[in-house]
Amino acid sequence: MKKIIALAEHRQGEMRDITWEILSKGRQLAEGMGAEVEVALLGKGVKNLAEALKPKANRVLLVEDDRLEAFNSETYQKVLTQLITERKPALTLIGHTAMGMDIAPSLAVQLKMPLATDCIGVDVAGESFALTRQLYAGKVNAAVSFLKGGPYMITLRTGAFPVSEKEPFPGEIVSIPSPLTDEGLARRFLQYVEAAVGEVDITQADILVSVGRGIKEADNIPLVKELAELLGGALSCSRPVVDKKWLPKDRQVGTSGKTVKPKVYIAIGISGAFQHIAGMKGAGTVIAINKDPKAPIFGVAQYGVVADLFKFVPVLKEKVKELKKK
Amino acid sequence: MNIIVCIKRVPETADADVSIDKSGKDIEKSGLVFDLNEWDTYAIEEAILLKEKTGGTVTVISMGGEESNESLRKCLAMGADNAVRLTDPAFEGSDAFATAKVLSEAIRSIPYDLVLAGVQAEDDGYGQVGVTLAEILGVPHASLVNRLEVQDKKMKAHRELEGGLEEVVEVDLPAVLTIQTGINEPRYVSIMGIRKVAKKEIKALGASDLNLKAEEVGLSGSHLRLEKIFAPPVGEGAQMLDGKPEEIASKVFDILKDKGGLA
Repeated sequence: MKKIIALAEHRQGEMRDITWEILSKGRQLAEGMGAEVEVALLGKGVKNLAEALKPKANRVLLVEDDRLEAFNSETYQKVLTQLITERKPALTLIGHTAMGMDIAPSLAVQLKMPLATDCIGVDVAGESFALTRQLYAGKVNAAVSFLKGGPYMITLRTGAFPVSEKEPFPGEIVSIPSPLTDEGLARRFLQYVEAAVGEVDITQADILVSVGRGIKEADNIPLVKELAELLGGALSCSRPVVDKKWLPKDRQVGTSGKTVKPKVYIAIGISGAFQHIAGMKGAGTVIAINKDPKAPIFGVAQYGVVADLFKFVPVLKEKVKELKKK
Repeated sequence: MNIIVCIKRVPETADADVSIDKSGKDIEKSGLVFDLNEWDTYAIEEAILLKEKTGGTVTVISMGGEESNESLRKCLAMGADNAVRLTDPAFEGSDAFATAKVLSEAIRSIPYDLVLAGVQAEDDGYGQVGVTLAEILGVPHASLVNRLEVQDKKMKAHRELEGGLEEVVEVDLPAVLTIQTGINEPRYVSIMGIRKVAKKEIKALGASDLNLKAEEVGLSGSHLRLEKIFAPPVGEGAQMLDGKPEEIASKVFDILKDKGGLA
């Protein structure tokens, strides 16, 4: 029977959400292809994770080895190359994450498989797949097809595929011997480094005033900082602001920063790249202020203001001062 | 230490009004400003910082038409020593895999200790070329690097994971690393700086120089083809607040009071 293999992603003993997303999509594709869905779980002492995966796939392929305790592209590639060569799935699904971006391209080369990365849509198209990707940081979408025959590898964007609650599979856990040996590795995992704790915990604020690339330079930061203070909220930002060192990393909202759920989130000069949206879509109410009426942020905001922030924010500050007194 | 940096010239679209061109396969590029891909700016800066510390050379490589010289010159002005442009009509339509293939052939002919590439490009965002390149070259890699340290014959690299977490890995050299934005503060290049390198030779290499067959590159060497582009579907979308700025500000205040508990 045809197979899809999904790669489970976990870190420090916990399953990553992307795993459920790719399994939901994998199951849907498998139904369309008349295929089975299997999930590959690589790790050390991860039987509990295997149990959690069991209802979500026809089979859990469990490879346990002390050398698989933390992700390493080199050990993962050795294990997955053997697993995929033996089981011959028609499709391998991996998350487009820090892990997936590190393993999928090299694994695909070794397996001589066509790879499509960061897909936000995948549909069965005969023996192949029709893909949807985004270009120009989400300004346009693209329909993409494979030029070569399968088997294929596809990486899926985080948060792009909903987790569906379907009838659980009876499931089974199949233990697969690890092919790893004590042979030296050219890449070695050393340690994790936790994020530094900042002066303000932006995840605790009821009101977040968040600023993006539109603020243009460090000298303009006080403009939004004062607004945050007036509102009794905290100041956060999107990635470009941290990259340019205008605010510290602990203020960053998004995939590589923090996930926030304030009552109100005011996005100022933030276009709304998906990495940012992933970190703030849980906000109660989102107000977006941007000069580009087509900015993707307006797609997730409840309220939008199309305006030049340098003109509008001072007016807003004055209005807040005036109305707070009343 | 000899370092090769792979770069790309891309249109800046973050603040631009983007529309779809007549072919339906790309955006309308006339009127857009082109520059060095943002990730690559950090990659070239990192290479120059390493060179300043350890000596050696920085060679910058780009696949593209003559207009790519502009970005290559920017890198030379930043401090790169050599620039190579890979150009051939046969390269047209190359996807990430075919691009990595072309780059790999050029890189094989240059002695190197380290190859740096940006994590991804601002235009097609595959995030795939660097790690694909590593595998084709048969060297180890680390992606999403936001800090690195050279040691003897190896590097220590911090990889940016989700949620502010980092992972530290050690990689034997030669290796390919993909560089994340924010790793450094790319130096400013003045027009004078660009002028100083205006006459510097940029070597151009085609498919035959690289011993690449036509079927290995371009669309025939690619795994993916873009069929069409279209505007992203708009969700429910925001309720747009309009009126005079003062009126809009009052509405925003009301929302803050109502939904945010602003007292």
